[in-house]
Parts: sequence; C-alpha cells; structure tokens
Amino acid sequence: MNNKTAVGFVLLVLLGLVAPYTGAYPIFLMKALCFALFACAFNLLLGFTGLLSFGHAAFFGTAGYAAAYSIKAWGFAPELGILFAVTTAALLGWAIGSLAIRRQGIYFAMITLAMAQMIYFICLQAKFTGAEDGLQGVPRGKLFGYFNLEDDIAMYYMVFANFMIGFLLIYRTVHSPFGQVLKAIRENEARALSLGYDVDKHKLLAFVISAALAGMAGATKTIVLGFETLTDVNWPQSGEVVLMTLIGGIGTMFGPVVGGFFIVTLENELADKVGSWVQVIMGAIFVICVLAFRRGIVGELTALFGRKKDVAV
Amino acid sequence: MEIFGVPIQAFLGQLLLGLVNGSFYAMLSLGLAVIFGLLNIINFSHGALYMMGAYVAFLALDLLGLGFWWSLALAPLIVGGFGIIIERLLMRWIYKLDHLYGLLLTFGLALIIEGVYRYFFGVSGQPYPVPDALRGATDLGFMILPNYRAFVVLASLIVCLGTWYVIERTRLGAYLRAGTENPQLVQAFGVNVPLMVTLTFGFGVALAAIGGVLAAPVIQINPLMGSNIIIVVFAVVVIGGMGSILGSILTGLGLGVIEGLAKVYYAEASSTVVFVIMAIVLMVRPAGLFGKEK
Amino acid sequence: MKRKLLATLVGTALLGMVSNLALAQTAKAGAISGDKVIIGVMNDMAGLYSDIGGPGSVEAARMAVQDFGGKVLGKPIEILSADHQNKPDVGATKAREWYDTEGVDMIVDVPTSSVAISVGKVAAEKKRVFIDTGGATKALTNEECNPYMVHYAYDTYALANGTGKAIVQQGGKTWFFITADYAFGKALEADTAAVVKANGGEVKGVVRHPLNASDFSSFMLQAQASKAQIVGLANAGGDTINSVKAANEFGLTKNQSLAGLLLFITDIHSLGLKTAQGMMLTSAWYWDANDETRKFSRRFFEKIKRMPTFDQAAVYSAVTTYLKAIKAVGTDDADKVMADLKKTKINDMFAKNGYIRQDGRMMHDMYLMQVKTPQESKYPWDYYKLKATIPAEQAFQSLALSTCPMIKK
Repeated sequence: MNNKTAVGFVLLVLLGLVAPYTGAYPIFLMKALCFALFACAFNLLLGFTGLLSFGHAAFFGTAGYAAAYSIKAWGFAPELGILFAVTTAALLGWAIGSLAIRRQGIYFAMITLAMAQMIYFICLQAKFTGAEDGLQGVPRGKLFGYFNLEDDIAMYYMVFANFMIGFLLIYRTVHSPFGQVLKAIRENEARALSLGYDVDKHKLLAFVISAALAGMAGATKTIVLGFETLTDVNWPQSGEVVLMTLIGGIGTMFGPVVGGFFIVTLENELADKVGSWVQVIMGAIFVICVLAFRRGIVGELTALFGRKKDVAV
Repeated sequence: MEIFGVPIQAFLGQLLLGLVNGSFYAMLSLGLAVIFGLLNIINFSHGALYMMGAYVAFLALDLLGLGFWWSLALAPLIVGGFGIIIERLLMRWIYKLDHLYGLLLTFGLALIIEGVYRYFFGVSGQPYPVPDALRGATDLGFMILPNYRAFVVLASLIVCLGTWYVIERTRLGAYLRAGTENPQLVQAFGVNVPLMVTLTFGFGVALAAIGGVLAAPVIQINPLMGSNIIIVVFAVVVIGGMGSILGSILTGLGLGVIEGLAKVYYAEASSTVVFVIMAIVLMVRPAGLFGKEK
Repeated sequence: MKRKLLATLVGTALLGMVSNLALAQTAKAGAISGDKVIIGVMNDMAGLYSDIGGPGSVEAARMAVQDFGGKVLGKPIEILSADHQNKPDVGATKAREWYDTEGVDMIVDVPTSSVAISVGKVAAEKKRVFIDTGGATKALTNEECNPYMVHYAYDTYALANGTGKAIVQQGGKTWFFITADYAFGKALEADTAAVVKANGGEVKGVVRHPLNASDFSSFMLQAQASKAQIVGLANAGGDTINSVKAANEFGLTKNQSLAGLLLFITDIHSLGLKTAQGMMLTSAWYWDANDETRKFSRRFFEKIKRMPTFDQAAVYSAVTTYLKAIKAVGTDDADKVMADLKKTKINDMFAKNGYIRQDGRMMHDMYLMQVKTPQESKYPWDYYKLKATIPAEQAFQSLALSTCPMIKK
C-alpha cells in the first residue's frame, strides 16, 4: 500500500465509522454504501480487467431476491441469507460469464445486457419473486443471533463491515499476481495469451468474483430496506453502476466509492424536485464523462496531484 | 381447424404478430449493422431514435394534422437529421477511443432522449389511429387479418430489401463496403469518408425512425418503447452476427416468428426465448449465424 | 408475530381508555407533532393510473383541507404529494422518508395494490396512519392488515361480487381472464373466479400481462382461442382501455363479450360511450348521484376539467374524516386517532353511515352500474345508470371470512 492509498484508506474507515453520528439519514448512508460496494465490484471487471458488463443488475438483483426469499420463507438469519445470496450470484456469474467471455469488447457488453434482461424476465414471471409486487416485509432479524438489526445504528455497522470486507477483497485481488494477469489482459489480451496465460480462465474468475460481490451489495441492500423488487434486476440499474464507476474514476480504487455516493446523493436530492429530469441529468453526465472527463473524479484528482495514473477501459 | 390443438385463427394470428415484431427487429438490427459497419459503434440510442420516429408521427397528427403517410416521409428526414447532428457534434470526438466509449456515449444519449420525452408525455401510452386506407380487417375465412398489420410486414420487407440492394448492388454501396474494410484507402481514392460516415449514421437512424412510425398505430406510443425493444435487438444482433445485411433481416424476422409461436405453445417463455436462443448460438457458433470470426 | 399484534391491540385499547383522561394535559403540551398536521398524497402522477388518482387526488385533498378551514386544533395542515410510479420500492422508500424525516402524519390514496401493501408495511413499522383509497386488493384487510391501515373506497372482493356476479347471473358462464400480473390483478382474478364458480360458471383459462403493457393483441388471440363466452379484464386504467381496443381490432367482440372488472369513470370517458355502452361495472360512488355529490364534482371539475373518480372522492372523504378524528381526540397521535376512526360513523358526500371495521375495512354501500348508450346520455359525463345498490354488508367480505390476524375468532 503506497502512502496516498493508505491515507485514503484511513480516511474512508474514519468517515465510515463516524458517519451515523453526523445526523445523516441512516437509511441513505446504508443505501449509498451498498451502491458503492456494487460499483467497486463492477470496477473490478471494467477497471482492472477491461471488461464492460452491461448486465450487472442481474447479480445485484438476483442476490437481493435470494436473500429476501431465504430470510422470509426459510427463516434464514441475515448472515446466512447473505451467504446464500452471494453463492447464488457467484453461480449465476459463472453461467453468464462463461457465455459472455466467448466474445470480446462490444459483443461482451451486449451479451451481458441480453442475459441480464433474460434474468429480468425470469424474475418477472417466476413465482418466488412475487413478480411486480416484489418480495416485501423481509425482516432484518438478528445478526449472529445477537445484534438486533432493527436498530438503524447496528444495521449501519453491519453494512459498513460488509462494505469493508468487499472493498478489501477487491484490493487484495487487484494487488495479487492474479490481479497483475488481469491487468495484462486489459492492456493487451493477445499478448497475455501468447505469454501462456489462460486468459479465459482468468476472465471468468474475475467475472465470478465481481458477480459475487455485486450480489453481496444487493443482498445487504435488501436487508436494509426490507424488500426486493424488479427495479434491482432491470437494465437501468446496470447502467447506473456503469455511471457510478465512470464518474468516480474507472480503474481507481476509491473512484467507485465516490461515484456511488455521488450518484445516490444526486438521485436523493433531485428526485422530488425535477422528476424525470433526473434521467436526463444522468444521461448528460454520461455524455460529459465520455467526451471530456474520462478519468472520473478520483482519476482527475490523482492526476492533479502530480502522479499520473494510467486510466483505461 | 386446428394445428397441434390450437385453433388456426389463433395460430395464424400469433404468427402474424410475430412477423410484425420481427419486422421491427429486422429494421432496427439492420440500422445497427449499417452503423456498426462503418463507425464501429453500437448505437445504444437506436431504440430512443425509434421512439422519436413514433412521436414525430404522433406530434405531426396532433399539432399539424398531418396523417400517417406524411409522417412516414417526414420522420426519417427529421430523426435522420437529428442523428446527423448527433454524429457531427458528439460522435466524432470518440472515434479514436476504445469502441466501448461509443456504447457509453450513446447509452447516455438514450437516457437523455427518453428522459425528455418522459417529461413531456409521461410513461403511459399515447394512442395513434390506424390510417384510414388500412383500417379494419379482412376476413380470410380461416382467420381475421388486420389490414394494417399485414401492411407493416410488407412495408418493412420493402425497406429492408431496398437497403440490401443499395448496399450490395450499387456503386454507392460499394464505397460503403470498401469504407468498412479500409477507410484510409477509400479516402485516398478521393471519397469524402467523413461525409460518408455522417450520412451512413443518418441513414441508419432514419431506418429506426421508419420503424417507429410503422409501430405507432400498432402499439401505444410510449417514451419507454425504445428501451424495451433495443435489448431484444441487441440479442438479435448477437445471434445473427453483424457480418451480413441479409443476415440481419432474416434473423430479425425469424426471431419475431419464433416469439410468436412461443406465445401459442408456451406463452411464459415468449419473452425469454430470444435470449435462450442467443445463449445456444453463443455456445455453438460464437460469431453468430451469419457472422465472420475475426 | 400474532402475540405482538395482540399486544399492540390491547395497548391501543388501553390507550384509548386513558386518552380521555390524558387529553387535557396533552392538548396543552402541543398535541400536534411538529406543530402541524402533514398529509401525504401518494399515487401515480404521470403513468397509466394517473387519471384515476394522480393530481386530481391532490386537489381533492386540498379541497378537503380548505373545507375544514385550513387548520385543526389551531395548527396548520399541510399537503405533500409524491409519485410512486407504480413501483413498490419507490413507494416504500418514499413513505419511510416521509414518516422519518418530513414528519408526515398520514398517507392517503396509494393506488396500485403492490405499492399499497408496501406502504402499509412501513406504516405499521412506523406506527403512523395510512388510509388507502386507490388500492384494490382485499389483502389489505386480510393477510396484510395492520392496526394503522384503513382501506377506504373499495376492494377486489366487492368488485367480483358486484360485476362478476351480475354477469354470471345474466348467463355468462364460461370465462377467460386477462390479468395484470401483480397483486391487484391476481386478487381480482381469484375473487372473480370464485364468484363465477360459486354461481355455476367455469374458468377456461388465464393469461397474465405485465403492468402497462403496450400491445394486447396476442393476449386477445389467446382469449379468442379459449372460446369462453366472457373475457374478464382483471386490469385497470390504461391497461383496460388498451385491452378493449385490441379486442375490437381482432374481432373478438363478435363472438365473445368483454367484462371490465374495474372501470373508473375516466376509463369510460377515454373509451367513449360507443365502445363502452352496456358494460356493467361496480362503483363506490358516482358524481351524478345526488345534489351533494354534484356540488362537490362541479367544484372539482372547475379545477381539473374532469369529473372526479370514486378514488378522488374517497380521498376527499378520507382526509376530512381523518381531520375530524384529530379534532375529536385533540391530538394527531396515531393510536388515538385510529381508535376514534374505528368508532365514529362516516356521513358525508362519499358515504352514508359508513364505518371502519376492526380489520380496517371502511364499510359503505357499493353500486352496480351500467354504462349508458350514446342516446341515453343527455349531457357531458352522463355515463352511468344505477342497476342496484349493494348494501355494505353484502358488498364486502364478512369478518368471519377474514384472514386478518387482528380479528379474534
């Protein structure tokens, strides 16, 4: 860990620990943390492997359903519900991933989008998802049978802990030999292949990890809010996570966190005031980011402080 | 009379509906393929532009009193012109970047267009009347054929085959195909490639707009109609591969028909069948049915 | 769970008993939370149900506040509004935010049954009042019932029991359902199917479509293939209107009849009498019923340029009833207000001798109507003729059949 990353990390932990006492609406904080984790998981693929998945909502949402269903119908404890959800998301990630990595670039994006849409339609029709009603009234329960999550503060720290686990896992992955291979694939897939790396296997594993962590974010969000609906598996959700990563900084460690908080705050602040213009604003941010701001907030800041960082899709 | 336990009226009715949907898939995937061929961009806003075509028809009738046939001529011009503006203002800055940025940029555009229309028209549908000349249905004895829907299938076949003819059989098309293979070389021969790119984009968008106008009387015009169809069209494109014009047309129509048949025999699967086929094709022939492995 | 509810119930009862004693003190010490009463109108503001409730419901709530004098117990009354976009997650999030951070005391309207259920859960958790007028599913007073929720205007049971029964008795014995695929549609389909079977009819098949579907033609073909006499439309608003149009396009109406199971007057207005004439429907209220309703409706029409639907009238009535209860108990405390709501008769332009039952069901008469022919209609919005008045006790499900856990059996 270099100095700047360490400073950023300490800052993140401190902020995370005191946040619920700043008077911020706890539900909002928890939601933002979940989306930040979702964006970090997505960034592992886009930023560190160079794969643009346009279907990450499938993992986020499916895990949400898995958690909601297992907790509500089978009476799972929250930690078990999340574990079950993460496993489900990982399996789904393996299935979709192995199909999608058969093509590259734009086709990869289209395939993930189409497969995610199929998952959406399945969720729309399946019995266990409650179709358009969604699954509602999911109890928060007691963590490890002890911490009562009905209390917003307790719930918050569990969400924060989940976020940190996910964040550190991604950090470890990126900075491991495995992560180095991923970067090599991102920079030049043909060369990585000719160096003898099993490119497909690496891509698939990265995809599965990313899907599993996206699932952890989705499951946690479900427990926080007590419901899971189709919104989470639908394509705008996939677009949103792309936007969070893009605006925060593709391929940076903290970018997706910043992006996640930025977008959730924006939506929260604007939704009542401007109605459907929120969508227009999101679209405009997309366009501006692509045309003039490709490094994102964190990327630009790092560049500003002198240390040029390679930012690539 | 029944086919596998289904009354023939219902069977043929669903088949026709499938063909109608397939026509829209074909026109949209054709436009996507034409644009992709030259610009190497997958236009995510294609669905939104299709929706704009439908709204041109709606507004022309509502504000100016211009009927369907006028709209059919106007919409491709107006929306195509809008496409040209987009290409000139935005797209050209990203040609040198990774193609994925093209997808992100057009996705943003799609959100903007859809959001603006949602603001003005809400999310519930606006009805659009069937043109007088095609109103009503013909009783063929074994089925009731709604005239307008039959017309849609015909019209889109004409448009698609016309496009195919221009690209594969004319001089203009030859430049285009050459530009796809090697733009520098074509430029060297004195063809204005940037202009060609712009016009191609405009043409692809115009195809989407025609699709939108044709769809207007069939479905409720709705700001979300574009995003509903574009993802299916992406799957169609993956299944067909973008190598061939004829391939896009056939895949589009074929998948529409399969969807229609799914509605007859197993309605629950009708919305997922295209994606399942996509998964199978990816396993067997990753480059797509008509695609060339690069 | 049951024990918890029971405890809450007992608690409510006890609180109600002591509230009269406590009244004097609490009233002095600022019995109105936040020094104002805030009412949130939540519904579909721009989508396919926006004609039924939408901005019209907000206007109805404003009219109620205005008629009440703008203040209750000397404190101002404020109206907030929000668009739930027919999405349960949007509704639940908004409700939670309203109760948590905006100090909203009561939420009203909330059409789209799935959203109504999700808002109901939040209301129970936050222990605040929720009066649903727009939602239809009878689940709100059965398995989803809670001590803070009132279901005010109508429900799927009443619709099935009105329209469904009338059609079967006229000879429509075989049915095919086209159902909106969410809580409301499924409940309406199930309740109507039960009525059909109980009266010797048969259900030939069902097809479910997503909310806000764009093209109904393929569903119509499925209905046609079923050869059922009656095609029951278990959907609402824009979906019903589009179903009827698609049915006409594919010649379904030649051999089969359509039955709209939930029709609002705005739907009839959109379809036009030529298409809609002769349809039977069940309504909770009609603008042209008597002088009182006409007076309200004309005022409403001045502002919205449409006659009020029964949902909008119910919003007016619900807000008025709620404010009266606050005035009566001298506080906006949810438990005390609920206790008063459940013991006071409701008499206004919406309902005569209405009362709120233990399960939260507002009991009032329902009306079986038939849509007039273009010749019968004498003036704008003259659409219905009354076929029968269904007394409250027959219109709604009896308490004995309720699955609401609050009901002791």
